[in-house]
Amino acid sequence: MYIKHLSLLNYKNLQEAELSFKNGINCLVGKNGAGKTNLLDALYYLSFCKSYFNAIDSQLVRHDQEFFMIQGRYHYQGQEEEIYAGLKKGQKKQFKRNKKEYQRLSEHIGLLPLVLISPGDERLITEGSDQRRKYLDGVLSQFDRWYLTAVLRYNRGLSQRNTLLKSAGRNWSSVAGQFEVWDSLLAQTGLHIFEARTRFITELEPVFQKFHRFISGGGEEVQMVYHSHHQRGALEELLRDSLERDAALGYTTRGIHRDDLELLLDGHPVRKVGSQGQKKTFFLALKLAQFEFLSKHFGYAPILLLDDMFDKLDDERAERLIELVGRPEFEQIFITHTQKERLMEIVQKTGKSYDFFVVNNGEIQPHEETL
Amino acid sequence: MSQVQYPSVLLENAVNEFARLPGIGRKTAMRLALFVLREKQEDVQRFAAALTTLREEIHYCEQCFNLSDASVCSICANARRDHTLVCVVETVRDVMAIENTQQYNGVYHVLGGVISPMDGIGPDDLTIQPLVDKVNSGAVKEVVFALSATMEGDTTNFFIYRKIAEAPVKVTTIARGVAVGDELEYADEITLGRSLVNRQPFDQAM
Repeated sequence: MYIKHLSLLNYKNLQEAELSFKNGINCLVGKNGAGKTNLLDALYYLSFCKSYFNAIDSQLVRHDQEFFMIQGRYHYQGQEEEIYAGLKKGQKKQFKRNKKEYQRLSEHIGLLPLVLISPGDERLITEGSDQRRKYLDGVLSQFDRWYLTAVLRYNRGLSQRNTLLKSAGRNWSSVAGQFEVWDSLLAQTGLHIFEARTRFITELEPVFQKFHRFISGGGEEVQMVYHSHHQRGALEELLRDSLERDAALGYTTRGIHRDDLELLLDGHPVRKVGSQGQKKTFFLALKLAQFEFLSKHFGYAPILLLDDMFDKLDDERAERLIELVGRPEFEQIFITHTQKERLMEIVQKTGKSYDFFVVNNGEIQPHEETL
Repeated sequence: MSQVQYPSVLLENAVNEFARLPGIGRKTAMRLALFVLREKQEDVQRFAAALTTLREEIHYCEQCFNLSDASVCSICANARRDHTLVCVVETVRDVMAIENTQQYNGVYHVLGGVISPMDGIGPDDLTIQPLVDKVNSGAVKEVVFALSATMEGDTTNFFIYRKIAEAPVKVTTIARGVAVGDELEYADEITLGRSLVNRQPFDQAM
């Protein structure tokens, strides 16, 4: 599966583009703010029906314009698929496959798997545990519909319990009897989620370690440790024991919504001890592990987008990263970089076919020397 | 729309009232109000009378809380129905849906909703206690839960179950699975998976 052709209008700072891509490495070079990442985001949009960077669709329309449109022609299982995304300000967005509009966007998500790795992914390491749960949920729910349903049910139940906790202050006696019921259902649903996460992390860790070892050169020991209240005993009892405290705080302090995935570099939290390059290596390995899981699940390689990934990596790590994505498990790749010469040097080593595009002030042109 | 100048205060009042109905915006309300003006006077009076009599004279069945013209609804008053079999539903609409199947010969118990703190609905806002009393009186042999398969529906089932678990009554819940006439490949994974987990002997499935 790969994208052959992209046309777009008014997406972020990109006014207009008509581009043909290789089923190999497609390099986007240009200055900061030229629009390289916006092009990657347009590809992301076609796969996930939303921007990676901005949840508000109307803000994706170029300044002073009324609409945006992205259209991609994909090679998909021996056939051509045309995917269209369009938004006119103040209207519902349109998503079409081969000119036929989708009833629900969820029917589309998953058709064209794609992994975007961008410098912003550092938040997986530096920010709160919600980022890591989001990562786990994002990967797991692509394989496991039961998992997604369980998470939605759990979150709903959690909101209900929290509302009950907040109202409890006023009339404790009338609501006290309801907690046992919510607790029991939360514990039951939470246990499924806990078990799924445990299984997944056990499978994920060696894949993650493999990629990390490869890019770092193997001198560092990395681990991921899963923490969950479920490991401390039956959640129903934990919820019962914490009820008084929960009521005082107005929210639920125990359960899988507080899970965390601790990331260790030589036994210490990478968040604290890792350098910028080490952190980058860490989340690169995490996202590449995600890539491998998706490949295995779908039976073909997702499109890989590497946004500004060679910055801050030392030459050796950068070289090993490019050696890695030069392997046949990786098919179509998009890479952004500010320096054309360095990127040219790097991609030539992969032996894959490649194309260069120059992005300048919202305009994208194929680079002539490589044509 | 709020700045619209109406040529008549009477019209504006009517539009405001129509717009309070669920699913009716101000434009539709305007269309309905103008429609009423074109109608014959006696038709409009009949329409208005139907609404006020509905509100004034409707009863809730004192046994099952279904809507009724009398103090006991026609289902509960029917001696040929099995009064030891009670189906627990959320609303009157669910009663009508199950009645339309013509597969059920028991009676109902209408809860009036499900437990949902976010909507401000607790057990006391529902008719749970009368159901528990009915079961404890020994008049019921089986209770069938037929609530939505949501977290709230399940919570409500569980809440009631705990209250009647001690009573000598069989508690069941409606089966969930592939819809009749559906192609298997179009069934969603959750429903299909559940159908497999809760599969049943072939000779009972016919």
